[in-house]
Amino acid sequence: MITTQHFLVLSAILFTTGVIGVLVKRNPIVIFMCIELMLNAANLSFVALGRHFGQVNGQMYVIFALAVAAAEVSIGLGIIVAIFRAKETINIDEMNLMKF
Amino acid sequence: MPDLRIIFPEYALGIHLPSLVPYIALFGTIGFILMILPGLIWIERVVIALMQDRSGPNRVGPRGLLQSTADVVKLFFKEDTMPQSADIRIYYLAPFLTVFCAFAAGAVLPLQTLTFRLVDSSFKTVPVTVGDVNIGLLYILAVSSLQVYGVVLAGWSSNNKYSLLGGLRGSAQLISYELSMGLSLLCVVTLAGTCQLNKIVDAQNGLPFGIPYTGVWWQVPLKGSIFSWFWLGTLLVPVCIYTIAMIAETNRAPFDLPEAESELIAGFHTEYSSMKFAMFFTGEYVSMLIVSGLNAAMFWGGSLPPLNIPPLTWIPGFMWFIIKIMGGIFFFTWLRASFPRLRYDALMNLGWKRMLPLGLVWVFLMAVWGLFRPAPASSDNIPAEPVTASQTTVQQVAPPVEAKSLASRQR
Amino acid sequence: MATVLFWILALVSVIASISMVTTKNPVRSALFLVVTFLCVAVFYVILSAQFIAAVQIIVYAGAIMVLFLFVIMLLNLGTPQALVERGSLQPAFAVVLGISFAVTLVMSGSFVTLPAVAAQPEVYEPLGTVRGIGINLFDPKQPWLFPFEATSILLLIAVVGAIVMAKRKV
Repeated sequence: MITTQHFLVLSAILFTTGVIGVLVKRNPIVIFMCIELMLNAANLSFVALGRHFGQVNGQMYVIFALAVAAAEVSIGLGIIVAIFRAKETINIDEMNLMKF
Repeated sequence: MPDLRIIFPEYALGIHLPSLVPYIALFGTIGFILMILPGLIWIERVVIALMQDRSGPNRVGPRGLLQSTADVVKLFFKEDTMPQSADIRIYYLAPFLTVFCAFAAGAVLPLQTLTFRLVDSSFKTVPVTVGDVNIGLLYILAVSSLQVYGVVLAGWSSNNKYSLLGGLRGSAQLISYELSMGLSLLCVVTLAGTCQLNKIVDAQNGLPFGIPYTGVWWQVPLKGSIFSWFWLGTLLVPVCIYTIAMIAETNRAPFDLPEAESELIAGFHTEYSSMKFAMFFTGEYVSMLIVSGLNAAMFWGGSLPPLNIPPLTWIPGFMWFIIKIMGGIFFFTWLRASFPRLRYDALMNLGWKRMLPLGLVWVFLMAVWGLFRPAPASSDNIPAEPVTASQTTVQQVAPPVEAKSLASRQR
Repeated sequence: MATVLFWILALVSVIASISMVTTKNPVRSALFLVVTFLCVAVFYVILSAQFIAAVQIIVYAGAIMVLFLFVIMLLNLGTPQALVERGSLQPAFAVVLGISFAVTLVMSGSFVTLPAVAAQPEVYEPLGTVRGIGINLFDPKQPWLFPFEATSILLLIAVVGAIVMAKRKV
């Protein structure tokens, strides 16, 4: 029997993997993917909790998270392509023009 | 008029027959696809030969019927080459992915309906579908949106610039045309009020433009006829958009830019040979069948006969469905023989600047029409239950209860 | 059935997400992420959220990840030299921090007792149908209508922003 806790723990593990990925990776595209993974983990816990209470409201959050993720990806990848055109690299350590 | 539908008993030899229907549909669908595949290639060659006024296949077997068999044998024994610098795992994964996604999409196509007489002598209509899920349309869209991975990964893993270009073109093209495809299907969903494919077919089993069915003599042959299907019900534009988008989705001419042989050798499958190439080929033809099937179910009445008059109604529903799919295949071939390939920027212009805005406008139009038209024409048994005021208030206060009571009210 | 499916897919999704972080090749990262997304979609089906599951595949696996692959292939970053990790302490620190974070999250997830509710049915189909979600989404008594409209503006801004960003000169 699978309880809501199972889903919450699973979503916690996925979320942490995403966090570690963001901390470790140097490639902004992969960092973006890790952020997507974190969003997904959060979505999973939303749906699991909504299911726990027998409500559809948990799924509403997921719809908005999906829309935000789509917007974020289109803008973020646009920024990455623009940076690549300007600097010929996308290593995130070399993007330090705005560093004080 | 006597009802000539075959009515099956619920139990035969102690077996509960309605629960067997999904398995019949499974074997039927896969069997039909596998049996028709060599025939499709033959049909395509013969039709193109007819249109281009040449002989076509005529050496292997009578009328070249065994040509496909010979092709398969040849592909089977061909040397399986592989580029040295390929990304091996992804290179192997791509053709399997293509075929798998193509077959998986067929799971929700509604072949026809069977009527059973239950033990309490009531009647139950069971759709012949592998999985009669309530998100059937979304399922097909989801699975066919996964199909792009086959193209992209094949192009990337071959480590060949032509393949890479083909893969890039393929991904951009498939993403662009999926939008218009979804919008055109949304027009139908707005009118039918459901995403379940067999209910969408059922919603076309009424009179044109949702005129209420009263059983007057002139209404009988028109009920569920070609004029009440959604190609006319959505006023022609969505079916045009869908037809264009479905050709682009399956990478067929004139939208075969991912494999444009005069520019990119063979595009994304340049480096594939032998059975792996055959799998791409299979995937393409299966997805042609699937999108034609979706076209038939959404716009062309699925398993309904074109006129509700006896000699046509005696033909079982799945035969009509197959006939409509074959019509779609003929259309594919016709276009391939008629049109030159589009330029890449023209392709993107058509997708984003013409079809997408038109689709958006049409969805808006259909939504407005859905507000003012007569009640949706459904199956014979429309219990137009009035929703009492008390019911609605209860629904609005408590969402979970609302969902439950909605399900019980669903027709 | 659902239990077995859950354990298998939980294992697959966790392994795929860890592989996504550890692999050097961005295309493989993207593929592992797609595997995770598909697993999450099946979890949604187990949780009776069919519409969300389909939308998850259509939007995440079918659109967002294809966009990622497109950009990776466009920049052709198959084996980039500039992106090789330098041997620093950062990954080690990240793993330690991450594990402590995970422990915190898992503890909070497994030991906080959720408020008891009436027993839910095993399969609660109407919860996640298109109809149920749509009616809840557009219900004026629910708080979702304004966020929905705001989302449309957000998406419009994203479209315009992406075009502005991608064009060399506007």
